[in-house]
Amino acid sequence: MLYRESGDFSETYKADSQTFPIKFDRYRYYAVLIVAFLVIPFVINDYWANAVLVPFLIYAIAAIGLNILTGYCGQVSLGTGGFMAVGAYACYKLMTAFPDVSIVVHVLISGGITAAVVTLFGLPSLRIKGFYLAVATLAAQFFLVWLFNRVAWFYNYSASGQINAPDRTVFGYLVTGPNTEAWAKYLICLIFVTFTGIVARNMTRGALGRKWSAIRDMDIAAEIIGVNPLNAKLSAFAISGFFIGISGALFFSVYLGAAEVGEAFGIQKSFLVLFMIIIGGLGSIFGSFAGAAFMVLLPVFLKNVLVGGLGWDTALAAHLEFVIVGALIIVFLIAEPHGLAQLWRVAKEKLRLWPFPH
Amino acid sequence: MFPDQFLFGVEVLLNGLMAGVLYALVALGFVLIFKASGIFNYAQGVMALFAALTLVGIMDGQVPFSHLINALFGTDVHHFGWHVPAFAAILLAMAVMVGLAWIVQYFIFRHLVGQEPIILFMATIGLAYFMEGFGDMMWGSEIKKLDVGIPQGGSFWIEEATAFLGGSNFYGFFIDQLDIVAAVVAIILVVLLVAFAQYTKQGRAMRAVADDHQAALSVGISLSFIWVLVWSLAGFVALVAGIMWGAKSGVQFSLSLIALKALPVLMLGGFTSIPGAIVGGLIVGVGEKLFEFLIGAPFLGGATENWFAYMLALVFLVFRPQGLFGEKIIERV
Repeated sequence: MLYRESGDFSETYKADSQTFPIKFDRYRYYAVLIVAFLVIPFVINDYWANAVLVPFLIYAIAAIGLNILTGYCGQVSLGTGGFMAVGAYACYKLMTAFPDVSIVVHVLISGGITAAVVTLFGLPSLRIKGFYLAVATLAAQFFLVWLFNRVAWFYNYSASGQINAPDRTVFGYLVTGPNTEAWAKYLICLIFVTFTGIVARNMTRGALGRKWSAIRDMDIAAEIIGVNPLNAKLSAFAISGFFIGISGALFFSVYLGAAEVGEAFGIQKSFLVLFMIIIGGLGSIFGSFAGAAFMVLLPVFLKNVLVGGLGWDTALAAHLEFVIVGALIIVFLIAEPHGLAQLWRVAKEKLRLWPFPH
Repeated sequence: MFPDQFLFGVEVLLNGLMAGVLYALVALGFVLIFKASGIFNYAQGVMALFAALTLVGIMDGQVPFSHLINALFGTDVHHFGWHVPAFAAILLAMAVMVGLAWIVQYFIFRHLVGQEPIILFMATIGLAYFMEGFGDMMWGSEIKKLDVGIPQGGSFWIEEATAFLGGSNFYGFFIDQLDIVAAVVAIILVVLLVAFAQYTKQGRAMRAVADDHQAALSVGISLSFIWVLVWSLAGFVALVAGIMWGAKSGVQFSLSLIALKALPVLMLGGFTSIPGAIVGGLIVGVGEKLFEFLIGAPFLGGATENWFAYMLALVFLVFRPQGLFGEKIIERV
C-alpha cells in the first residue's frame, strides 16, 4: 500500500536519479539514520556495543570494501585479514608517532596506506584470473601476517609482540583505549560507516561502478568496448583496500584495543568477510550490511541459545557454528546466489504490487 | 671431503624433497577433482584432516558425536571399548570417504552444475567449513596421536653411510624414516593413479569427462558416477595424505592449513597436470627449505616457510599464468 511509486513525481533529473527513488524507501532510510544517530547512542550499553553493534559496523565497512572488489569487479580476494592488519598496524604506527593529530585523520591515512599495499598485491590480477588470483591473494594474507609478526618495528619493539591502542579523543571525548564509553565507540564507527556507505553506493552507481561490472561480467569484452582493465581493476583494488584499511584500523583501535596479528587478522578473518558478502549478496551495498549483521549475530545467537539456554559445552557450540555457517554458505550458493539482498529485492518487488497479484 | 656448510645444505635439500613429496600427495587430490569436474576443491586439506580424524576415531573405538550425544541426552559415553587394527580401520575410513564423496556429489555439486567456477570454488570453502565443524563434532577437537605402525625417527643407516663425507662436526644426513615411507607411498600412489587413468574402463571414462562433459555424456558415460568416483579417489588420496601428515605431527586443525600449501604447488605445476603436481610439490618443498636455510633464518628472522611458497607461485604466475605444465589458456569473447 505504502510502498509504490504512484504519486511520487520526479520534476528534475536529479530527483529522478537519486539513490532511493521511492518515497517510502527514502523515509525509511532517514528513519534508520535518525534512530542510529539519535536514539541508539542514548540507550546503548557495553554488552550491546561490544558484542553486536561495534563489530557489526566495523565488519560492514570491511564487507563493503570486499564487495567492491569481489562483488562488483569480480576479483576474488582471500587476503582481507592481511589487508585489515595493514590498516591496523598503519593506524598504530601513526597513533604512536603523531599523538597530537586527530585519530580520524589517522584512520583515513591508514586507509590510504592500505589502498597502496592492496594495489600492489592487485597488480598480478592483470595477468591471472579467477581462483588463480584467489590463491595469489593468499600470498598477501600469509606474507603480511608474517611481516607484522616478525618485524619488531611494526609493533614498536614491545616485548609481547602485541599492539595496544593508546587513549585518543575526538572533541574531548575518549574514543580509543580501555576507558572508552560504549556510545563513543559506537558513534565513531557509525560515522565512518555512514561515510563509507554513501561513498560506496554512489561510486558503484556511477561510471566507475559500471566499468567494474563490465570487467566482472567479462573482462575481454569490457576491454573491447573501451574499458581500460588496468584502471578499472586497480581502482577497484585501491578503493576496496581503502575501506578495508579503515575497518582494520577501527577494528584494532576502537574495538579490540589490543591485538596480536595472527589471532586478530588470520586467514579466518578473510573467510569471515568473504562469507558475509556471499550470504549478504555479491554486488550489493545493502547486502554487505545484511551479511555483516547476519555473521555477527549468528554466533551471539548460537551462544545464547546453546551455551546459555541448553548448557552445552562452548567448544561444541563453536563446532556446531562451523557446521551451520558452512551449510548456510552452500545453501545460499545453491538456492539464492545473490544472497539476502536478493531476498530483500524480491520482497520489495512483491510489496510494490501488494495486495494485487499482478 | 666437503665443507660442512655445503653438506648441511644438501641435507636441507633432501629433507625439502621429502616434504615436497607430501605436498605433491595433497596436490594430487586437487588435480584429480579439477580435471574431471572443473571444481577447484578448497576442502581437500580439510578432507585429509577429516579422514585422519575418522581413522583415529575408528582405531580407538570412539563413539561418533559423543560430545553431542552427551550434551543432548545427559549421558556420558566416550568409547566403545574396543580397538580396531590399523588395516581394518583404514578400510573403514575409506568407506566413510566414499560415503562422503557420494553425499558431496548428490547434495551439493549436482545442484551447482553449470555455475561459474568461482561459485563452485566458494561452495568448496563452505564445504571445508562444514567438514571442519562436522569432524570436530564427530570425533572431538583435541590433538590426537596417529600410529598405524609406520617407523619414525632418524634413519641410522643413512646417517652412518654418509658420515664419512664431512669433517668432525658432520654426523651424516638426518632423514626421517617416516618421510622415506611417505615418499615411497606417494610414488606408488602416483603410479597406480596414472595406471588407473590410462588402462581401466573407468579411468578412460574419467579422462573422457575431463576432456569434454557433453561429448562424454553423448557416448553414454554417467557423469554423476564419474564425479562420485573422482571425489572418492580424492578422498582416498586425502586419507593417505592424512595418515602421513597425521603420523608426522599429530592429527589436529593445522593439518588442514598444511594442506593449503598444495595450492601454490598447483599454481606452479598447473591445475590440470599430474606430473605438474609432483614437480610443483618438489619445487615448493625444496625451495622453501633452502630459502629458510640460506636467507630466511639468517636474515629475515625465520618462519619464512609460511609464505614462501605463495610468493614463489605469485611471482611465477605473473610470467607464466598457466603454470609449468598447464594447458595454454585460450579466451574467447
